[in-house]
Amino acid sequence: MRFDLKTIASWIEPQSRILDLGCGSGELLMHLQEEKDVRGTGIEMNEDKVAEGIVSGLSIIHGDIHTEIIDYQDKVFDYVILSQTLQQVLKPAQIIKEMLRVGTKGIVSFPNFSHYKNRLYFFAKGRAPISRELPFEWFDTPNIRVIPIKDFRRFCAVFGFRILKETAISTEHHDERGRVVHVFPNLLATYGIYMLSQGEDPARRDLNASPPV
Amino acid sequence: MTEQTQSVGKVRKHFFHFAHPPQEMAFECGRRLGPLTLAYETYGQLNANRSNAVLILHALTGDSHAAGYYSVKDVKPGWWDIMVGPGKGIDTSKYFVICSNVLGGCMGSTGPSSINPKTNEPYALDFPMVTIGDMVQAQKKLIEHLGIEQLLCVIGGSMGGMQLLEWTVRFPGMVRSAIPIATTSKHSAMAIAFNEVARQAIMKDPAWANGCYYHDQPPEHGLAVARMIGHITYLSDVSLRKKFDQGHQDRCELAYNLESDFQVGSYLEYQGQKFVDRFDANSLLYLSKASDYFDLAARYGGGSLSKAFSHARADFLVVSFTSDWLYPTSQSRSMVQAMKKNNLDVTFCEILIDYGHDSFLVHNPRLSQLISSFLDNQFQAVEDRGAHAL
Repeated sequence: MRFDLKTIASWIEPQSRILDLGCGSGELLMHLQEEKDVRGTGIEMNEDKVAEGIVSGLSIIHGDIHTEIIDYQDKVFDYVILSQTLQQVLKPAQIIKEMLRVGTKGIVSFPNFSHYKNRLYFFAKGRAPISRELPFEWFDTPNIRVIPIKDFRRFCAVFGFRILKETAISTEHHDERGRVVHVFPNLLATYGIYMLSQGEDPARRDLNASPPV
Repeated sequence: MTEQTQSVGKVRKHFFHFAHPPQEMAFECGRRLGPLTLAYETYGQLNANRSNAVLILHALTGDSHAAGYYSVKDVKPGWWDIMVGPGKGIDTSKYFVICSNVLGGCMGSTGPSSINPKTNEPYALDFPMVTIGDMVQAQKKLIEHLGIEQLLCVIGGSMGGMQLLEWTVRFPGMVRSAIPIATTSKHSAMAIAFNEVARQAIMKDPAWANGCYYHDQPPEHGLAVARMIGHITYLSDVSLRKKFDQGHQDRCELAYNLESDFQVGSYLEYQGQKFVDRFDANSLLYLSKASDYFDLAARYGGGSLSKAFSHARADFLVVSFTSDWLYPTSQSRSMVQAMKKNNLDVTFCEILIDYGHDSFLVHNPRLSQLISSFLDNQFQAVEDRGAHAL
């Protein structure tokens, strides 16, 4: 399994209830069901991946995470996971708010845009960075958000999401191996992974406003 | 599926008689009727702890003959033979599969064409208006008669899916899991409209004679037209286009008269004629009305679908088809929504396919795969639970 997913899995308590948004064919859910005896559900847009997940025995809902998450009652999940999908989400604050409504804790991971290789690429070539983690041209990328780790922490403060746990890792994309980055994570980490909960006193409640620049 | 699949082989239709007077069955419309008969077939073996029973519920004009052949002379197997058999989506080497003809039907179960023992004449319109709920009530009697306390799974497409939904909210303890395919919890105005036109085609045929045609010529013309209308709604724009667009009937030039110029016309005519030979017009009237009356939310949730599903306990695999315009995906999604609101374990897949509403009846490897793995998973869970209990 991918190192970033392993990291997420290590944060999950056994026998908890999980919702995995953008679960793909359910690699993480499968692992969590087998290793931690969780009760999991996934939401996925791609029919082939949905079918693959169902065939491997998972409960998956074929649909868009923004609309499918709305139907769940408050706090029916222990963890709601958004793994490497945040960069494709149109309204990030809204989806995280929903995650923390239906779940006690939210786990969010994303490729760190401010990784030094991206910086060098942009600096040296003056073109939109293409990396192993974000391998698309500007005109065909599904990744509509660029998220540096530093900015994500700011985003959480602005929207009142409390950070319960965070880690920065460096790994090759789809690589099973990786390491935790302790020094200069914003520069050296390929991914940021956060565990969030609803904050007591959010700095700002207006979630329809544009995300911070 | 890549693995070798087989036919269930030769099968036999059984008859279950029940509701003998004075214990007649109470129909939803308020009337009581008995004795009643359900025609049914079974495939595979019931295991020792009776935990492998799968009930298949057929659509509007289906019957108990889901798989196999009655005799070596049969040209065609049962209506879902592509799905039911050893090694197939519903694997009869693992599961005990039951399929019964609905109450009100004309394929061996009691319906308008059955003989009323009091008059020795067919019931015709004297048969009580039947509902999806009545069909399910009768099926429950059959399942109890077969000694099954809990069904591993109920599976049904279209009107079969409606019966399935009724099963899950009305007898939750008897249903471990359910696979509603291309179905709805309530007919749209469009679905009712098509049914209404089909019924009018029959009832406006002079041969219908207010339903009393059993000694004379049946309303063949009306019934064929009704089937043609229905058949169009089961297909899709894409599938019709691929098969027929601009296809002219065995001639190079247009005839400029009222004969059938178009292949699609003669295809529908053929479908209509084929149907007349096997189906009773009154049954079609009754069954199409039953599906129009069906409204799960109104009956079990005071108008709220999520309240209706609060009675259900089954795990669900909901399947819809992109090209189904009779029961479009949005209707499946509302069911999924209501299930989620009730914390039910629900899986949903919309399959990209061109064959319209009838997509579950054509060779569909994805559907077979989804059903087979969902069933495996459910069966495994039951077996594990059984092992823990020991």
